[in-house]
Amino acid sequence: MNLYTFASPVNFYHLSGKLIPWFTWSAVLLTVAGLYISFFVAPTDFQQSEAYRIIFIHVPAAWMSMFIYMVMAFWGAIGLAFNTRLSFMMARALAPTGAIFTFIALWTGAWWGKPMWGAWWVWDARLTSELILLFLYVGIIALWSAIDDVKRGDRAGALLTLIGAINVPIIYFSVKWWNTLHQGASINLMKAPSMAKIMLIGMLVMAIAAWLYTIAVALVRVRGIILERERQSEWVKAILEREA
Amino acid sequence: MHRFLLAVLRRDLTLAARRRGDWLIAQFFFVMVASLFPLGVGPEPEMLARIGPGVLWVAATLASLLSLSRLFADDHHDGSLEHMVLSPEPTVLLVLGKSLAHWLIYCIPLLLIAPVLGIQFNLPWDAIWVLEISLLLGTPILSLLGSVGAALTLGLRGGGVLLTLLILPLYVPALIFGAGAVDGVMSGTGGQAHLSLLGAFMVLSLMIAPWIAAAALRVSLE
Repeated sequence: MNLYTFASPVNFYHLSGKLIPWFTWSAVLLTVAGLYISFFVAPTDFQQSEAYRIIFIHVPAAWMSMFIYMVMAFWGAIGLAFNTRLSFMMARALAPTGAIFTFIALWTGAWWGKPMWGAWWVWDARLTSELILLFLYVGIIALWSAIDDVKRGDRAGALLTLIGAINVPIIYFSVKWWNTLHQGASINLMKAPSMAKIMLIGMLVMAIAAWLYTIAVALVRVRGIILERERQSEWVKAILEREA
Repeated sequence: MHRFLLAVLRRDLTLAARRRGDWLIAQFFFVMVASLFPLGVGPEPEMLARIGPGVLWVAATLASLLSLSRLFADDHHDGSLEHMVLSPEPTVLLVLGKSLAHWLIYCIPLLLIAPVLGIQFNLPWDAIWVLEISLLLGTPILSLLGSVGAALTLGLRGGGVLLTLLILPLYVPALIFGAGAVDGVMSGTGGQAHLSLLGAFMVLSLMIAPWIAAAALRVSLE
């Protein structure tokens, strides 16, 4: 079977219809398991007491906010290079979820910052670049909504995503570049993580749940976009008539 | 190739020279925004010196944004832009020439005004000197990245506000390094590191922005 057949919106529509329940249910199960580990299994931190538990939401959300942006840039680049319609639709389907995760990361960060630093907000490098990431998402979504022509909107959004992608590495390295309040990354691939194993497991389970949720939601959204754009075609009419 | 770049440059400069009011507005905007800050935060010289570098950099950023929405719009309106894009010369050079012209017309005058505002903000002379260098290195970034935004929003409803929304986040590194260099001099740590990073960012934008803006221009004109 050739994987490229799924680059056609018709085939992808049917494939994603079959995949969505799997991703949805595994996301629900992992979220429940992850929250259980986070709140009942993981021990209280000796320095940060109970308030540290917010990282189980905060860290996965911050990871997803950056990762989704890179995925959008990837789909945008593929779309511009190979002129595939589905890539642009994927980029559009991912953007709202990315913006929401960025917002959650900022919001939970503020909740964590109040008891830890004594301030809801500090103008530290990481917080600031996460805020800029939110601005980038908002800018891309605003550009899409301002352009009525679908083809122009797709390409313009992809170009803006690509030039903004330069910003995402700056976010990641900002901790090293500007040496400020925010604690350094606790997880380092080069050495053992500086947190208890069960905390790490809880965080990873939540991160995987966030991934599965993102995939499920993006697939639902991309199906809507496919139906909207292919509304002139026979197969969409057939589906709509069957469902009506 | 060089002749095409020079021709674009000469054309834009001539057009700007014939409509003198246009570029003066941006300069007065710069002066006014900077002058509003002492009125808002109070006239204490120490505080003004403290916020001065950042305020001048933000004002310069906004002043250059003000004129960016018209970078391609006038030529698009009378149809000459399409002819220039259709010509056998590379669109990248067209964009580069227009960004360069924008920098010469709108940003170089900012460099001339900035020392006066620096004195108003009670900045010491060595800080004003570094402010000049940082503006010299940093304002090309504003014109180059701005050309991407101008090309993307060409002919859209409310294009000016949208342009601001798209481009301001991309300006942040320039703002941080530019104002940081002046702050560094005033706090005694020196501004060299920030100026080097600013220069690197300028070279990076010079290498990337014209290509993306050229692609965006073709998308917008399709």
